[in-house]
Amino acid sequence: MNRIGKHATPNRPTGKFSFGMFTFVICFLYTPLVILVAYSFNQSKMMSWGGFSLRWYSELFFNSESLWHSFGNSAIIAVTSATISTAIGTLGAIGFYWYRFKFKKLIRIAAFVPILIPEIIIGVSLLIFFAGIKLNLSLFTIFLAHTTFNIPFVLMVVTARLEEFDFTIIEAAYDLGAKELQTLAKVILPAAFPGIMSGFLIAVTLSLEDFVVTFFVSGRGSATLPLHIYSMIRFGVSPVINALSVIVIAGTVVLAVLSRNVVKYMFQK
Amino acid sequence: MKGSQVTVKGVEKYFGGFHALKNVSLGINKGEFYSLLGPSGCGKTTLLRIIAGFEDPSAGAVFLDDRDVIPIAANKRPVNTVFQTYALFPHLSVFENVAFPLRLKKLPNAAVKEKVGEFLELVKLPKEGGKLPSQLSGGQKQRVAIARALINEPSVLLLDEPLSALDAKLRQHMLIELDAIHDKIGITFIYVTHDQQEALSVSDRVAVMNEGEVVQVGTPSEIYESPSCPFVAHFIGETNYLGGEVAEVLDGKHARVDFPGIGALYVYQDKPLSVGDGVKVTVRPEKIRISSDKPEGQAGRMNVLEGTVDELIYSGFQSKFFVRVSASATFRIFRQHVKYFMDEKAINWKDKVYIWWNDNDGYVVEAEKNP
Repeated sequence: MNRIGKHATPNRPTGKFSFGMFTFVICFLYTPLVILVAYSFNQSKMMSWGGFSLRWYSELFFNSESLWHSFGNSAIIAVTSATISTAIGTLGAIGFYWYRFKFKKLIRIAAFVPILIPEIIIGVSLLIFFAGIKLNLSLFTIFLAHTTFNIPFVLMVVTARLEEFDFTIIEAAYDLGAKELQTLAKVILPAAFPGIMSGFLIAVTLSLEDFVVTFFVSGRGSATLPLHIYSMIRFGVSPVINALSVIVIAGTVVLAVLSRNVVKYMFQK
Repeated sequence: MKGSQVTVKGVEKYFGGFHALKNVSLGINKGEFYSLLGPSGCGKTTLLRIIAGFEDPSAGAVFLDDRDVIPIAANKRPVNTVFQTYALFPHLSVFENVAFPLRLKKLPNAAVKEKVGEFLELVKLPKEGGKLPSQLSGGQKQRVAIARALINEPSVLLLDEPLSALDAKLRQHMLIELDAIHDKIGITFIYVTHDQQEALSVSDRVAVMNEGEVVQVGTPSEIYESPSCPFVAHFIGETNYLGGEVAEVLDGKHARVDFPGIGALYVYQDKPLSVGDGVKVTVRPEKIRISSDKPEGQAGRMNVLEGTVDELIYSGFQSKFFVRVSASATFRIFRQHVKYFMDEKAINWKDKVYIWWNDNDGYVVEAEKNP
């Protein structure tokens, strides 16, 4: 094969500039994380190094009940709100793509606008809304709030995936005798699964890390992990948070690798 | 159109202000390999989609075995489609793709296995059942799509440019196989294509479409030899297209026509002509003979012209000559290379040549009455 000119292929060796830039960006992104990991194993509570120790991890695992309680809250809300928002967002994306209906453009814009609205405004307006309908602030209101802000993101991710989807397969399914629901269950959803999965993972992530909106709509005893960490920091930074962060980072890496492999396994190219 | 299996009656289709189909009527017989041929945008795919049930006509009707199918949804019509992009389900194996319609009917596993095996055999993919579509070549994907469309045993198979994504060699090969499958199962095929070679080589009949209208329906040779209008004459194959005036009507099947810049030529005609009518005549390039020697001893009415070779294109199995016979007239001529060493004298650029053809080989496409 001729490898000159228009047959140029990627995977070239790097030059000085590209390598330098790469190193700089990697350092910039990861130095704070490396420091954080190091300090999670620090015996001393201060910034000075006091020797290696698992003290903060044992503190985290055996002496931080309220922290684990809020972690549980976060997990419940992340999974439930991501599930519901993925279901709604996916159906919405398919609907916008495949069907023709009145005011489609307008509704589509309205569905995407929440992404652009500052979180603090969403938080305040949800608080006013919940107060207006006399709904007590609890885990349930957090769940509603997270589902609300997750839907447009799922919609966006799934729509992006559907754009590269060959929609004749829907016609093919109809042609071969499938009804509307059969087409959805047996063709559209499985074929769009990688897109739906990435929508779900983004929703989980957004929900886990949300602070601003949650701050407005959480009630007594319904603090999520970010709210709990914030309240801890008000009384001085505890190295327990470092230990917790390391575990969260490790968990994220494992999840990312897993989801990549799952999708790869299901759609061997 | 009595006795037709598929009857299209006065079908109109508008997309907004665009008039995609204009009063289209067709009768397609049971078991026929019927092609809809035309350039892109001529409405052939729209017509196919209306027959399949993916589009509703703005007016008109479609009958299948004397039953009006317009009120019947696509998933209930006894027709199936092979799509241009194959439209295989990416998440299902080849076997499950073909089995899809049977699974919908909840057929028992053993029956599914037997029938899918039979149809994979038909398209010559008996061992590929376990693969995913992404692991197949283009030709193999097309075979799977054909097997999947046939397994429901439709009474009509619709094919929407099924070979256009394949390379030329494979296309020829698949075309022959498609023809063999048609012969084997014997159902009606409606085949949409923009490629006149494909349409001519396998069809029983061809409907040529242009700008939303059916301009001619006929067997491949009728369409090629007796085009009904200038569009068909130009769209199917290459031709010499000449305009002239009738000088003399001969035995009812022939006429002598004066062509400005060329002279009088004998032509074949099946229309009522009278002296003074303006006519357009097509002469196919392969029917014209070319030689550097003056033809002698030719029987019948022969048209003989003298000219010089303006251009000469060699392409292995044949050469194409552009021969200028006057300042305003050039003929294109194909000469087949039947033998490796040509008996005839080689003809070169700028050579003086004679070209000639039989009176039956010029066909009057359209005639305009002399007022």
